[in-house]
Amino acid sequence: MTESQSQSEPTASEPQHPHQEAGASPADAAPQAAPSRRSVLGWGGAGLALGAATAGGAVAAFGGGSDMVSAAAAGAAVPFHGEHQAGIASAVQDRLHFAAFDVKTKSREELVKLLKEWTEAARRMTAGLPVGEGGFGGLPEAPPDDTGEALGLKASRLTLTIGFGPGLFAKDRFGLEGKRPEALVDLELFPGDNLDPARSGGDLCVQACADDPQVAVHAIRQLARIGFGRTAVRWSQLGFGKTSSTTPEEQTPRNMMGFKDGTRNISGTDKAALEKHVWVGAGDGSDWLTGGSYLVARRIRMNIETWDRTPLGEQEDIFGRDKGEGAPVGKSKERDEPFLKAMKPEAHVRLAHPDTNNGATILRRGYSFTDGTDGLGRLDAGLFFLAFQRDVRKGFIPIQRQLAKADVLNEYIQHVGSAIFAVPPGVRDKDDWWGRTLFA
Amino acid sequence: MRPARLTVIAAASVAAALTAVTGCSQKSDAGGDDVIKVAASDSACDVSKTEFPSGKVQIDVENKGSKVTEVYVLFPDARIVTERENIGPGTKASITAEIKAGDYEIVCKPGMKGDGIAKKVKATGKGAAEEKRSPEADAAVAAYRAYVIAQAEETLPKAQAFADAVKAGDIEAAKKLYAPSRIGWERTEPVAESFGDIDPKVDVREDGLEAGQDPAKDWTGWHRLEKALWADNKIGDDEKKLADTLMADLADWQKKVGTAEITPSSMANGAKELLDEVATGKVTGEEERYSRTDLVDFKANIEGAQKAYELLKPIATKNDPELVKQLDTQFAAMTVLLDKYRTDKASYEFTAYDKVGELERKELSDAVSALGEPLSKLAAAVTK
Repeated sequence: MTESQSQSEPTASEPQHPHQEAGASPADAAPQAAPSRRSVLGWGGAGLALGAATAGGAVAAFGGGSDMVSAAAAGAAVPFHGEHQAGIASAVQDRLHFAAFDVKTKSREELVKLLKEWTEAARRMTAGLPVGEGGFGGLPEAPPDDTGEALGLKASRLTLTIGFGPGLFAKDRFGLEGKRPEALVDLELFPGDNLDPARSGGDLCVQACADDPQVAVHAIRQLARIGFGRTAVRWSQLGFGKTSSTTPEEQTPRNMMGFKDGTRNISGTDKAALEKHVWVGAGDGSDWLTGGSYLVARRIRMNIETWDRTPLGEQEDIFGRDKGEGAPVGKSKERDEPFLKAMKPEAHVRLAHPDTNNGATILRRGYSFTDGTDGLGRLDAGLFFLAFQRDVRKGFIPIQRQLAKADVLNEYIQHVGSAIFAVPPGVRDKDDWWGRTLFA
Repeated sequence: MRPARLTVIAAASVAAALTAVTGCSQKSDAGGDDVIKVAASDSACDVSKTEFPSGKVQIDVENKGSKVTEVYVLFPDARIVTERENIGPGTKASITAEIKAGDYEIVCKPGMKGDGIAKKVKATGKGAAEEKRSPEADAAVAAYRAYVIAQAEETLPKAQAFADAVKAGDIEAAKKLYAPSRIGWERTEPVAESFGDIDPKVDVREDGLEAGQDPAKDWTGWHRLEKALWADNKIGDDEKKLADTLMADLADWQKKVGTAEITPSSMANGAKELLDEVATGKVTGEEERYSRTDLVDFKANIEGAQKAYELLKPIATKNDPELVKQLDTQFAAMTVLLDKYRTDKASYEFTAYDKVGELERKELSDAVSALGEPLSKLAAAVTK
């Protein structure tokens, strides 16, 4: 463990990078249970074997052992209240349901009311409780408050993280035009982007992560339902098999191309790196956002079939790491410091590396997705890229410019959806609510 | 039969389960003191007694007027206990029914049109209704029943015009008459669906047939004709026959609607079901896949839902004013949105659905969800 930091790369794999250090406390906002730690669910035997084979030190040490009865297995609840929202630096769960919403109401008051209702529902659901009066036992003539599919399931480390899109700050809408953070830019169209408006944008987003997909899906479904009339789901994305970890003691997950992804991601326990690269600071320009972050979401489709026909050597050249161990070119261990010049000039890792981007570093929290097959029989799969950073102009944008221009991986991937959000600070206590600092 | 009953019925306990006996006529000498005599004329409906013991009751009608008439016994919520139509001038008819204790109306309808002439009557004895409904609930149900009946009544001639055009082989005329012939049906569909056998006959789509059913033989109703008109662009002998079948089935519908079991909560959930219809069939463009008149059905579904809602509003306002506010807002928003798709707000000529873009469909779908979700809470608000 100990590494930390990280980075970025928007696309698929990993970054690398600097190092830093980690601490040991769960860096999540709220102290409390210790949700951090390996979740390993889902990475059964094969995964563990790989992990062990792999890296030395820390990784191997965690490769198996009885204390693997992880927080996930115990169905733990991640604290909802805290300085920062959970779901950013907190340990990455295995499943995702991400939804972007359009706000339909024109009333600021209605919107605030909705955010309060959402907060209350989120508070309950992240604690493993049903929404409102629950899923049964009420009036027979009325639909239950909670849809019920998560009844009896544990909290499963559910985290719900809200973000505010640029549209919310539009003129003559909710009176927020003066509060739009400068760093909440409208993303440029990068070379090669083939963005589908139906999978892009949104006034609000909610990222639901959990170790049980049913719990994550349930959470978004309840919020969508509470929102009807005031919000409408614009698009949503399911994800599985996290592609980046914020817990470096765990085995590094693999993306759909079969490569380890997230070796050098920022660790959720590395407070210094988080302060520097992820959390918006008090002097950053938008006081309401202090303690928050910026989120970039990109749906990155992979051309799976052609990738699978690519020779191993070429695959490894494209990434700049080997496929089995994940070691950077010329090195033997996954966590060895990459020697960028040994990689091909257009290797993905080299281009995504902070050293190539003036130190640009982001915290990635992406997930693989597979939405069945497209009409041509090709797997509709790829990476749902999620990155948090203190300033998008210094994080995602320079890195993506670099990658979009030259990355050889671009032959095998295409960005088909895109969105950006300002992620407010955490909900402090039971009287607080999502967005209070913005609207109050 | 068209028992339109518009008068708001005054209070009353509602009688319990209905036990209408089919209105078979019997000899009118059956007699005695138990018989209620009704003297119907063109301007009066005189009953020999306004109170009678509950149980099996015989009603002898004599039409002393110059018009054909019909006579109904109605529950306070306007549900038909029993009825007899086509009583010619100068003729007599007898009706029997099992009538429980409670308040009723006997209604004569000279000319078989309009509201008719009502007389309040009371069946005495024990067994008066256990479940009491409030007068305003009865009023809402009665008014909704009248609406449903009126919709059926207005639909028949429109459907007949459509059927006639089909039978005449006039494709262009039939195309124009198709969507309007469905409006009354679409407004009140949940009530029609409560008679399980009618909906599959008149409104099924080809993919709604069951395994083993042959579309050529077993598919009847509007959508079969829709396909013939728009997709095949021809009307064959089978279709001409089916036009008559459609009319027979609709006549059956009209006959039954007055007897439908309606409660405030079934009205509320019926309104929600109309939104469900829109959400699953109209917004997706599945309903009118050949004619592309989906928005006409859409509008009719919304109107039917709104009617039920407006009638329940006095009750809902007491129990859940916040919900009422929300529903008013969403119905209004829906109306504005749909009006974008017709140039004349008095007409039902809407944009063809294949001309409605994906983003616009999303907007319509969002509006349906925005209305449907609070509407799903209306039943609770009226049954509290």
